[in-house]
Amino acid sequence: MYAFEIERPKSVDEALAALGAEEAQPISGGQTLIPTLKQRLAMPSKLVSLSGIDELRYLRREGDALMIGGGATHGMVAREAATDFPGLAKLAGKIGDPAVRNRGTIGGSIANNDPSACYPSAAMACGATIVTNSREIAADEYFQGMFMTALEEGEIVTGVRFPIPQASAYMKFEQIASRFPLVGVFVARFADRVGVGVTGASNNGVLRWREAEEALAANFSPDALADVTAPRASDMIADLHGTAEYRAHLIPVMTKRAVAAAE
Amino acid sequence: MSDVTMTVNGKTVSRAVRGNELLVEFLREQLRLTGTHVGCDTSQCGACCVHVNGELVKACTIFAAEADGAEVSTIEGQANPDGSLNVIQQAFQDHHGLQCGFCTPGMVMAAASLLKENPKPSEQEIRHYLQGNICRCTGYHNIVRAIMAASGQEVEGGAIAAE
Repeated sequence: MYAFEIERPKSVDEALAALGAEEAQPISGGQTLIPTLKQRLAMPSKLVSLSGIDELRYLRREGDALMIGGGATHGMVAREAATDFPGLAKLAGKIGDPAVRNRGTIGGSIANNDPSACYPSAAMACGATIVTNSREIAADEYFQGMFMTALEEGEIVTGVRFPIPQASAYMKFEQIASRFPLVGVFVARFADRVGVGVTGASNNGVLRWREAEEALAANFSPDALADVTAPRASDMIADLHGTAEYRAHLIPVMTKRAVAAAE
Repeated sequence: MSDVTMTVNGKTVSRAVRGNELLVEFLREQLRLTGTHVGCDTSQCGACCVHVNGELVKACTIFAAEADGAEVSTIEGQANPDGSLNVIQQAFQDHHGLQCGFCTPGMVMAAASLLKENPKPSEQEIRHYLQGNICRCTGYHNIVRAIMAASGQEVEGGAIAAE
């Protein structure tokens, strides 16, 4: 790693002040950023650790929504969302491994927007709102392609508000070495709509499969997807773990499994 | 450099650390607690697992400065007060849960976290929980048996003898 200073503010205000410094970068759980720093792929002069900010570590029910603080770890979400939003709790409980889940945070994952991250699929399917220190951004506008988001320099994700679906499930086909999803699909059924969020597959990052959403809104069953136009293979990621065609094929497969498993 | 103070295996320690100093470097190089191993340094193998405020963490993927004020437990703090092996360590010995021993500190720390969350895990639950701990001797069967035994459960087929 290159040399840098590290600061550990106790509040969001202190963190924003620290982030005003030249080449300062926020770090949340660090489960992606620390390996990146080790590879010398980032060269911040100062890291501002958000891990000591207690006000970001919470889950709370807000009417029909679940509000999750940006500093909530995957482990916290897996435990504390289990009653209100089991589909999301199960997604969180399958990220990485237990030690990674005790450090990695939802805010960090959403800010990084890895094209294979799990949370963005749930945020897209549910129509979540990304809350930052200065504004609220709809998921559809927030995710802007691989590792690209609507965040401005120095802006941090303070929380994510998920409308709670009547039924939901996340199904991921794991890339066996990294255990990131080769393709992951989150299906969320609400009273008046269905959301289908797909991660891991596309060159453009997380996407909504709108044709499937319409078909499932009319008939929420795996059979409803039989004749639905699938996302195009030409837009999919191709690497040594799977061809673009393979990933495209997995999208309807995992969507059907998620529909069947939705609770 | 910045100053950190933390409790490590019940003792309060204060030291100056570099901004980019990992917790595992702090433990091994500053405190000379070399039981916590570095297998991969890429957060995959789990040989560096320790407990920070009671939670299982990979010490190669957290900065020492981030553990300021925390309670840290390492493999060196796991034995009983009289120095004898604790239940998990003894079960690893009894059931040949270690071969070369490199992954063992991380395995023991992971097992302790598992049994705290889930005192009577099934074999499947043990295997799932150890997803982030790699044994390159591939000694998983006996590791799983050792953890089953440490939880007071019947071990199917007993241990596979070393000879």
